[in-house]
Amino acid sequence: MEPVGITGTDTRRELTLNMGPQHPATHGVLRLTLDLDGEMVVKCTPHVGYLHRGIEKLAESRTYQGVMPLTDRLDYVASVGNNIGYCLAVERLFGIEAPERAQYLRTIVFEMSRICSHLLWLATHALDIGAMTVFLYCFREREWLLDIFETICGARLTVSYPRIGGVLQDMEPEVLESLDAFTRMFPGKILEYETLIDKNRIWLQRTQGVGVIPAKEAIRWGLTGPTLRGSGVSYDLRRDAPYDAYDRVEFDVPIGKNGDVYDRYRCRMEELRQSNRIIQQCLAALPAGDILAHDAPDLDMPLAGKKELVPEMSLGNASIGFGDAVPVAPKGEIYSAVEVPKGELGFYLMSDGTGNPCRMRVRAPSYVHAGALAKMCEGAFIADVIAVIGSIDIVMGECDR
Amino acid sequence: MELLLTIGKSVLFVAVVFAVTLLHVAYATYFERKVIGRMQGRIGPVEVGFRGLLQPFADMVKSLFKEDIIPNEADRPLFFLAPVIVVASVMTSLAVIPFFNNGSIANLNVGVLFIFAMASLAVYGIIVAGWSSNSKYAFLGGVRSAAQVISYEIAMGISLAGVFLMAGSLNLSDIVLAQREQPMGMFAVVQVVGFVVFVISAFAETNRTPFDLPEAETELVAGYLTEYSGFRYALFFLAEYISMYIMAALVALCYLGGWALPGFLTRALPFLELVPGIVWFLLKVYAFMFFYFWVRATLPRYRFDQLMAIGWKILIPVAVLNMVITAGVKRWLM
Repeated sequence: MEPVGITGTDTRRELTLNMGPQHPATHGVLRLTLDLDGEMVVKCTPHVGYLHRGIEKLAESRTYQGVMPLTDRLDYVASVGNNIGYCLAVERLFGIEAPERAQYLRTIVFEMSRICSHLLWLATHALDIGAMTVFLYCFREREWLLDIFETICGARLTVSYPRIGGVLQDMEPEVLESLDAFTRMFPGKILEYETLIDKNRIWLQRTQGVGVIPAKEAIRWGLTGPTLRGSGVSYDLRRDAPYDAYDRVEFDVPIGKNGDVYDRYRCRMEELRQSNRIIQQCLAALPAGDILAHDAPDLDMPLAGKKELVPEMSLGNASIGFGDAVPVAPKGEIYSAVEVPKGELGFYLMSDGTGNPCRMRVRAPSYVHAGALAKMCEGAFIADVIAVIGSIDIVMGECDR
Repeated sequence: MELLLTIGKSVLFVAVVFAVTLLHVAYATYFERKVIGRMQGRIGPVEVGFRGLLQPFADMVKSLFKEDIIPNEADRPLFFLAPVIVVASVMTSLAVIPFFNNGSIANLNVGVLFIFAMASLAVYGIIVAGWSSNSKYAFLGGVRSAAQVISYEIAMGISLAGVFLMAGSLNLSDIVLAQREQPMGMFAVVQVVGFVVFVISAFAETNRTPFDLPEAETELVAGYLTEYSGFRYALFFLAEYISMYIMAALVALCYLGGWALPGFLTRALPFLELVPGIVWFLLKVYAFMFFYFWVRATLPRYRFDQLMAIGWKILIPVAVLNMVITAGVKRWLM
């Protein structure tokens, strides 16, 4: 970095502080350059791209199913959400619908991942503000869910559990029992976290009135998810554009009022309860039946093997095969979005009829939210910057893709 | 010959006090990790020695053998000097603490003032550490720390003034003896306002949660410690724990009756008089240390402006009021 501030001949009043990409509180590799006047932030400039892995480009050279493990690496804290978002986009493109049981199972794992993500958010957010015990309490409960993920598909974080047209495999009764036990235990644990911080005077002083973004501005910045709802805008894709089993379960969409760090915190805490409620309802209403649509394309075989084994198969009215000339998927393009823990995750897919997507573009909420940091941190203190980063809950894997 | 014997005795006593204190400091880290571990649903250190009891020594050995990294741009002489200033001044305060009746290295008549003076000196070490590292994080941490320690020293000193007025002395032994005449056997009851102010200031003075801003790791990485590693880091760490002990000792001596027990207790249970005074003293000190850890496991961290506001707008006025009222009561009612 160029020498400014303390050293050099620069006579500006501001001190430029380079926060990140290696910093304990920037949640991965976010880099902020802060122009400081004392402890006050005059200007905050977010820099992204330190975790760019070219996921969108990689997707172009993979089969539709082969893209799935890539989507795990977007928001690695709640990978199921990305998987399902991607599956839904492909399903809508191909005109497939997952069977009912699969839809319920997906809703369950989606909400499990939302709880995982919110727990990790609460843990790190509280740690950033200095309450270290909440951190360990959250990890204790998160472990339970990760163990369930491990039982159903063998992976704890990057699960790739859903499939195009359904899910990988059914859940064993023991898993459902364990999940049921979790949902009965969990509300008490939420109270436990809230006891530590919810009415804590220091917590309130650190979060209320900090990082305020009014509803109008929040919409203009394109914020989504709890970050938008904290400002009082009631917008939740699970309710407004339901997918899977969300139209068959009851839940509230908590909203805030002031759009500060505290309201966003309250929203997410309430969402933990709602997610728990959704899982309970899904467990009670879980129908029997198939877990993979009968017309689901078997798209996960390696290209070479596929050519020899099945030169052609039918997918509805589309002829499917893996020869270069033979179209396998309907041509067209689609944008499909789901409500992941961070906000609206959208997949824009373009198909030219071959076995792999012609173009994939991901609308990542973390990327949009990182941009709004500049606005929220203006005029705040250094310590507030940390609170604000925590409150918008960004994951750099998703932001940089 | 007489002189030599006296010197020899003093040196031996000094050596014993320092050795014992260092041992206590080492085990304070173990105590802290165990206590906080339990509070957070963990088990703390268990691997080294029986129930992890040798963990402090393992940590010490590790930090001594670590590579000592000095930043290229650092001001080397000052960078080396900073930890020495901090540790030396903090350790010197130990000299005036009476661990039991007549059990201090130097029975100074201005004991408390001496401790304050040494604490102020330690701030220089912190500023120098922040400045000489030539890193912005360390610099900000050093500035914060200096401002914080200076502000809270005022509140602390004024809150203790109530105790001086009650005891009529600045000598720590005299303060302890004066408390024996109290009905409850400690100043914490009559000087409750001063006591609360002092305890809050003690947290700020030792940079502990919720006032641990100078080393707020989520904002300033490690504050003024950022560029330090190996045994120099360990020295700062040592200084922090010794100053925690000193604050705990001050609380025990000035407010909780030091090595003595309240009169009504010893009258009811006379056999308690047989227990050496140092046991009671250590019990009180460790109770306060436990309080330190408990608070750390519970509370979030204040923001810098809020911390300053608490110090200047609440604690100092309250402490001044307490001092004035104490003086008034002493002058006209007693």
